[in-house]
Amino acid sequence: MEDLRFQHRVRAPAGGTRQSAIVGVVASGNLEVLVERVLPDVECAVDIKTAAVGFGEVWTAVIGDFVERYSPGGLRFSINDGGARPDTVSLRLAQAVRLIAENGQ
Amino acid sequence: MSAPLKDITPAERARSTSFYEASARTRLELLLDAGSFVEFIGPEQREVSPHLKIFDLPEQFDDGIVVGRGRLDGSPVFVAAQEGRFMGGAFGEVHGAKLTGLIRAARQIGSIPVLILFDTGGVRLQEANAGELAIAEIMRAVMEARSAGVKVIGLIGGRSGCYGGGGLIAGCCSALAVSEPGRIAVSGPEVIETNRGVEEFDSRDRALVWRTMGGKHRRLLGAADVFADDNVQDFREAALELLELVGPFGLDALKAEQERLADRLRRLSACSDAVDIWTAEGIAHAETVPELPADQFIALADRTGRTSRDAR
Repeated sequence: MEDLRFQHRVRAPAGGTRQSAIVGVVASGNLEVLVERVLPDVECAVDIKTAAVGFGEVWTAVIGDFVERYSPGGLRFSINDGGARPDTVSLRLAQAVRLIAENGQ
Repeated sequence: MSAPLKDITPAERARSTSFYEASARTRLELLLDAGSFVEFIGPEQREVSPHLKIFDLPEQFDDGIVVGRGRLDGSPVFVAAQEGRFMGGAFGEVHGAKLTGLIRAARQIGSIPVLILFDTGGVRLQEANAGELAIAEIMRAVMEARSAGVKVIGLIGGRSGCYGGGGLIAGCCSALAVSEPGRIAVSGPEVIETNRGVEEFDSRDRALVWRTMGGKHRRLLGAADVFADDNVQDFREAALELLELVGPFGLDALKAEQERLADRLRRLSACSDAVDIWTAEGIAHAETVPELPADQFIALADRTGRTSRDAR
């Protein structure tokens, strides 16, 4: 297992009012993303526990691209990864942002 | 063009969603009245397995089971749904404790039924002792809850089926609903083959696996009370039907169940294959049962099903 942590300053806070959301499942080639609205509006953090060791550079690129595209201010992402491909990771992150951007609990 | 997603009613969405393919969370969302689900010990509490780290294996924030409360046609229910894709939906220490706690809560309240959406290969081998203990605790909790008048309904239609200790717990439930891809057994196909040889059971023979352990056979044998088509709405309707159907539980019910099982063994113990059993049960062209569409199979099962309402 390898633990990775990314912190970004972002342009704007994420939309919606939900406090947390979860997508995905921890299985081979898949991952779960727990997203929580717990940070100041201009910050975003991503904590990753991954079964695939040695892919830090790929994660840096995928997370950097995701933060640039969605500006998920105020959100902390916690990821349990079962060795998902970068495109799967991007899709799950996008799903998580869309889900927490809904209104409600 | 199909209608925009927002115009689809929850029932239509549930009808068009495969129970087998859906995640544990999606199953609960569509099974219960829209928006009624409240989770206990949700993923944000991070109650993960204390054992997987030792094996350098990834954890899941809910440890592979979602528990909580919700409403079914307006009435309160407790629910638990296993995620069959995380470690085969297997029972670990935390996973098991969440289900035990839910059933004990139901027993204490006494009037709210429990729905268990099984999707499991059995005990999680990495935490075997804790997992085995969890199975024993859950079985005891189910029997105590039923003795206190709580209905415990099992719904089985997931990719991991309901095996090992999951099969034992299912056997303790007040009633079960199963779909064709749902399988119920204790020892799985590969376990039997490993222990008894390929002549005893060829685990790669999918047709053999399904007609021995699959939903249709379990319905015809009376182990499952209702057969559901593989969509969440059908399971919702099955759960409602079973909640109506379940009778009081006590020594008389257990004696009747023992008698039903003994009678079944007497009548069918000479059969070497499920098709022989179906033929012995008076089903014409029994070899066509695996191919029957759900509606035709349900009609057949309703004609031949022998489940006694007094048993279980």
